[in-house]
Amino acid sequence: MTAPAIPVGRELAAPVPERRRPIGRRAAALLLPGYTALAVAYLFLPIVVMIAFSFNDPGGRQNITWQGFTLENYVDVWRRPDITGPMLNSVVVALVSTLLATALGTLIAMALVRYEFRARGTLNLLIFLPMATPEIILGASLLSMWVSLGVQRDITTIAIAHVMFNISYVVVTVRARLSGFDRRLEEAAMDLGASEWVTFRKVTLPLIFPGILAAALLAFALSIDDYVITSFVAGRTVTFPLWVFGVSRIGVPPEVNVLGTLIFLLAFVFIAVQIWIGRRELRARPADA
Amino acid sequence: MPHRLRWAVPYLFLLPGGLWLLAFFAVPMLVMGSVSLMEGSLSTGYRLTGNVGIYPEALGRWAPQFLRTIGYALAVTALTLAIGYPMAYTIAFRGGRHKSLLLLLVILPFFTSFLIRTLSWKLILADNGFVLGSLKDWGLLEEGFRLIATPVAVIGGLTYNFLPFMVLPVYVALEKVDVRLVEAATDLYASRTQAFLRVTLPLSMPGVFAGSLLTFIPAVGDFINAEILGSRDTTMIGNVIQRLFLQNNDYPQAAALGFVLMAAVLVMVAVYARAAGGERLTQG
Repeated sequence: MTAPAIPVGRELAAPVPERRRPIGRRAAALLLPGYTALAVAYLFLPIVVMIAFSFNDPGGRQNITWQGFTLENYVDVWRRPDITGPMLNSVVVALVSTLLATALGTLIAMALVRYEFRARGTLNLLIFLPMATPEIILGASLLSMWVSLGVQRDITTIAIAHVMFNISYVVVTVRARLSGFDRRLEEAAMDLGASEWVTFRKVTLPLIFPGILAAALLAFALSIDDYVITSFVAGRTVTFPLWVFGVSRIGVPPEVNVLGTLIFLLAFVFIAVQIWIGRRELRARPADA
Repeated sequence: MPHRLRWAVPYLFLLPGGLWLLAFFAVPMLVMGSVSLMEGSLSTGYRLTGNVGIYPEALGRWAPQFLRTIGYALAVTALTLAIGYPMAYTIAFRGGRHKSLLLLLVILPFFTSFLIRTLSWKLILADNGFVLGSLKDWGLLEEGFRLIATPVAVIGGLTYNFLPFMVLPVYVALEKVDVRLVEAATDLYASRTQAFLRVTLPLSMPGVFAGSLLTFIPAVGDFINAEILGSRDTTMIGNVIQRLFLQNNDYPQAAALGFVLMAAVLVMVAVYARAAGGERLTQG
């Protein structure tokens, strides 16, 4: 410990010379990481169970005790129209609501960041409130409205509701990306003779695209997993979460675990690729790091 | 675009999304308010009679569920804080290069469906499932012991499902804490505990506030955990609202309960906004 402690960066700011720690202290130093490791184990416990029981062969019995290993469930799941039908509904709703919410939300985010206008406070509130409202209230109030208007509820009312709760999340995500945006890049393009539209397409859009993509992925994830709001506005239409909830009363078939495992795997691969790309970019330009 | 109309550009951007939120968030909320003041039944139709009496009536009738819900949600907030704060602290101060990786590890389980996660807990906590069943077979637990259908299971499920909402804001707050301040405190002979209590903890309070709100609000409105992991004795207000709406078709009473819940949440948000500063709240 001879390095001078120059307090500039977090890495360089060396702590006071380390005294020899008594054993109690050393145990205490392990306490926090140990606790965190336990907490992470707790987080993954239901996931591990879900994956394990996707390979279970309950043989007609309830899928709650281990009966034997099988891969049958992974084949079977695609042959069951009672599962693939709702899954298809969920995917359609998720795609439509993601597209619409991302478009509407991105427009709002751009207006909020780059323009001055009246009613900004009201608008901020209108965007914040749906995120702060318990889902059950969002669903219940929409149901109240549809019933009052005498509107039949089906896949359209589901999609309308999903766009509604997704807009706020898109606005927040895209705005976070936009606020670090360098306006001078656009001005430079315009100075060089680009029209407003060309500037938007060639400069603005590519720069904010990662934010829009992140927002769209979030919206898709929120939509495809939504049970609470959907249950109020679905009518007779069944989405995948509604189907899962329905069968959970009688007993959950292993096919549910299969789909849960596949979704988890998809998310895992996606994140792994993101990290890998991030690492590569970091290595490609170490000066920025 | 002609220059005279430039002022209209931001409004054009806002219009479609703003109208959507107005039509499918704000208006339904008002409709729910008016439905709560109606009388009638699904077969005879509902008429607006300004029946304000429904509020004390519904509140009186469902007071036990309301109180239970608040109790559960408070317990969940306390538990997520107890589990989440040390996690966020460890990642922020001991994570080193692996910070973002550790953070992802915390969020990863939540990429599975909410329902499937909760059903997985049902499997784990089942009376004769592989956990309790084995413990009973080995004689470590008595035969009658159960977790499923008890408040422990419901609170446990809620805690699990909303944990990331606590860990993330607390982490963001801790991440911003300047380590030099803590070092200054220890240099000035504060013990580690003192430095934590007097420097780190106060600086992380905005994250704790935000996390508590983000955990408490969904926990108060949730009915899935109570439905899957609970029993009739753990019914929460969300279950009541859902049942009145979708099974009993008692819209006025359900709407009144929903409105009270919404009002309670708004009061909490307002209190929080006072404490944390409104700009920071709505601007994310």
